[in-house]
Amino acid sequence: MKYMSEYRDPELAKQYLEEIKRTVTKPWSIMEVCGGQTHSLVKNGIIEMLPKEVTMIHGPGCPVCVTPLRLIDKAIHLAQQKNVILCSFGDMLRVPGSEKSLLEAKAEGGDIRILYSPLEAVKIAEENPNKEVVFFAVGFETTAPANALSVIHAHRKNLKNYSILASHVLVPPAIKAVINDDESKIDGFLAAGHVCTIMGNSEYYPIANKHNVPIVVTGFEPLDVLQGILMVIRQLENKENKVENQYARIVREEGNPNAQQIIFDVFQTQNQTWRGIGEIPESGYGIKEKYKDFDAIKKFDITIKEAPENPDCISGLIMKGIKKPFECVQFGKKCKPTSPIGAPMVSSEGACAAYYHFSGLIEA
Amino acid sequence: MCLAVPGKIKSIEHLYDGKVRMAKVSFGGIIKEASLEMLPDANIDDYVLVHVGVAISKVDEKEAQKTFKYLEEIGELGELEDVDNYLPKKE
Ligand code: SF4
Repeated sequence: MKYMSEYRDPELAKQYLEEIKRTVTKPWSIMEVCGGQTHSLVKNGIIEMLPKEVTMIHGPGCPVCVTPLRLIDKAIHLAQQKNVILCSFGDMLRVPGSEKSLLEAKAEGGDIRILYSPLEAVKIAEENPNKEVVFFAVGFETTAPANALSVIHAHRKNLKNYSILASHVLVPPAIKAVINDDESKIDGFLAAGHVCTIMGNSEYYPIANKHNVPIVVTGFEPLDVLQGILMVIRQLENKENKVENQYARIVREEGNPNAQQIIFDVFQTQNQTWRGIGEIPESGYGIKEKYKDFDAIKKFDITIKEAPENPDCISGLIMKGIKKPFECVQFGKKCKPTSPIGAPMVSSEGACAAYYHFSGLIEA
Repeated sequence: MCLAVPGKIKSIEHLYDGKVRMAKVSFGGIIKEASLEMLPDANIDDYVLVHVGVAISKVDEKEAQKTFKYLEEIGELGELEDVDNYLPKKE
């Protein structure tokens, strides 16, 4: 119980673990979709405290990790243009492109700025009327409203020099893709709490029903994750396939309708390529015609070669739950957080980085 | 970048002819701007979860404090501070 001392309520954590042990009678594989949950599971040593019947599979839940290589190359290409200021969330900077990362492009003189919020990028555009300001807008449903708002603000301010390079990924279509992949065998899912804070729970009912899987909307703190796991296991043992909400203190059934309105003012769903996984139907947001002037892909003629992925990186298999990070030959050798080969080694929410940082806690 | 951090609304400013509300939110003393466009009923002294500069949900004070403390303990509040925290650290 060593790591439990860090919890905000170690007694309760212990009780959840004991309840999980009492409830489980057969082996189950449960996928946590959100990288924050992966981080919590690995960092707090929960994986090794779970009974051996319970296998946690780490899903594709890190937008940084699944942003297509080609888009990273495009961002780097834009950042190298003299009149462009490229703005990005910090996590994207070290993600390897086919030749370099944004961080290397920055070292070579590209004007690349790390921002906390896309709304700050709009201010930069206002202050630099002679430059083109491009925000690298990645994220899940949680981040999409902020990215959309930046477009709306720029539109209101009548800015002509602001655009976003958008790469959004959506959780429910990814869950469907994982279920439909013959190689991955997942019995139940922890859905991402903050995604549902925005979108609500309605999209999960048909998935749980059709595919006969329990889905529990879960928070990201250790106690949340433990409780979510317990709720999934109870359902599995009782042969149920319900959508339940572990994170009801934050997530409302209908989500945040104002946020949804802002998203769908600017974006529409479209097919989306996930790095390491491939194209998933209707799993991303593209910019609507009415805001096309704010779409960096349309605004700039970015012609670059299609580049292959590093063949050593098995991130796709990891994100589909087929392999664990330590099964990758490069894990901890050539591939480390300081010299990542694949994106899941970059972000602290990526499965490879989580395993690398806390690998002392995990049995290889 | 996927984190949502709870903070307390200290003041509210109206922009675009009053249509848009921007708040100054205190995260354990660090003040950041956050848009309240997704929470029309949030007011001064309310606690809100903020994700990349946008408040996405109201939370009660107790929950806000617990979550903030947890994020602090696990060292996940770097994104509120200097953006240099994102640059690679030596191992
Ligand atoms: S350890 Fe590195 S190379 Fe291997 S799958 Fe993870 S990111 Fe890719």
